[in-house]
Amino acid sequence: MPSPAQLGAIRLALLALCVAPALWFFAAAWTDHLGANPVEAVTRGLGDWALRLLLLTLCITPLRRWLAWPWLLKLRRMLGVTAFVYALLHLAAYVWADQFFDWDAIFDDILHRPFITVGFLTFVLLVPLAATSTNAMIRRLGGRRWQKLHRLAYPAAILAVLHFFWMVKLDIREPLVYAAALAGLLGVRLYWRQQARGAVRTSCGGRCSPP
Amino acid sequence: MLIHRIEPGGPATSEITDRGLFERRRRLLGLAGASALLGLAPSAWSAGRFASAPRSPLSTAETPNSLRDITGYNNFYEFGTDKTDPPKYAHRLKTRPWTVSVEGLVKRPKVFGIDDLLMFPLEERIYRLRCVEGWSMVIPWIGFPLAHLLKQVEPLGDARFVEFISALDSDTMPGVGMGSLRWPYVEGLRLDEALHPLTLMAVGLYGDILPNQNGAPVRLVVPWKYGFKSGKSIVRIRVVDKQPATAWNQAQPREYGFYSNVNPEVRHPRWSQATERRLGEFGKRPTLMFNGYGDQVAGLYAGMDLRVHF
Repeated sequence: MPSPAQLGAIRLALLALCVAPALWFFAAAWTDHLGANPVEAVTRGLGDWALRLLLLTLCITPLRRWLAWPWLLKLRRMLGVTAFVYALLHLAAYVWADQFFDWDAIFDDILHRPFITVGFLTFVLLVPLAATSTNAMIRRLGGRRWQKLHRLAYPAAILAVLHFFWMVKLDIREPLVYAAALAGLLGVRLYWRQQARGAVRTSCGGRCSPP
Repeated sequence: MLIHRIEPGGPATSEITDRGLFERRRRLLGLAGASALLGLAPSAWSAGRFASAPRSPLSTAETPNSLRDITGYNNFYEFGTDKTDPPKYAHRLKTRPWTVSVEGLVKRPKVFGIDDLLMFPLEERIYRLRCVEGWSMVIPWIGFPLAHLLKQVEPLGDARFVEFISALDSDTMPGVGMGSLRWPYVEGLRLDEALHPLTLMAVGLYGDILPNQNGAPVRLVVPWKYGFKSGKSIVRIRVVDKQPATAWNQAQPREYGFYSNVNPEVRHPRWSQATERRLGEFGKRPTLMFNGYGDQVAGLYAGMDLRVHF
């Protein structure tokens, strides 16, 4: 367990890492290093990082258990909120730089282009999670209800990967990598749940009902 | 090294070449001989010709995109699916020696060496290019109408379509191992589309030899269709009687039709075709029917429902 000072340093370093990609895109756009289609490069780049950070957020619980490092939980909120911020920037890049507030075109995209439909849904699912990522909100909702609400992170991650799958034209290698990572992260949780059920059954001889 | 090939069994040069072209060839051969004596590469003399290619009246007056954009953002899946893969890897493609075999339902099948093709009178054609992915560019191509080449081989009466087969070399093309499309890349046009004066065989751009990532040494350019219809690095042209099975149409028939004319009214599941981003511009602009070439080509599709034949 790191000391409070060490934990502070770790959080500061993580924050710097979280901000770095956004700063890089800003600098690259400013200096014209994003190639022939900078709008596409920024929009996709921000989306990539939103997905990566969302999956990293889902890594915390398995890592915490395997390494027996309970303090990792103190980093999860920062990762989750950063994932949301990147998703918000990704959406903003689409609405502003790509469509330039052409609401008819945006509405048409959400209705008729499946990859945008699920991308939009992903964002909608992330909004209540970001809105309740404060100590005060956890107190107001109560731990159990808060936890239940935040299981929305799972469907959000699934939809985010689907969004990527349906976006690519033909070469699905990159979305496959994310799908495999997500399958692993969800798989380990299912495995734990099965184990926990088994443990409950053995501990009371199969006579008591699961909690 | 410039070698003027005359195919055995083919027509005598005097039968197929008009006087002006013949004269130009003589002069060029002289020039080529001189440059060979001086030890210049073939590209050196042809580059001079490319720069002096007259601008065709079929050119748009719009400002062309920068050479950096045109050569840095390419769809050429043989070299990878990222736009920056072709600029990275296409230099491996060996573009000389190069032959284009024109065959099938023609009276005089012929194998053209690349230098034979460069003998056609070259012109500069500044065309809009609209990609199916919703972006567009303006490109100053150098080339000659495909019709000139097809007239030399004389399509037969039952010829209906033309098939274009691109080069395939798994040693130099890192993209073909991924099985994303069926290789070699095949595209096709109806014969009347192929003979249309706008349909170009491009051998250069911006007054110079065609860069490899843009489809060197010779590619098709059909400006009123989505970009993927314009096959790159062509090695074989077959005149046939049945509609060819084309690469993207086979991969996803519901998304990519055989015709694939630029059409803002036929939407695609991934991209709105109503608007496009001209690279280098911030906002989007409306996409024009037939990419703005409707006056010239709409007649080819009279009576056809272009929503069905998309």
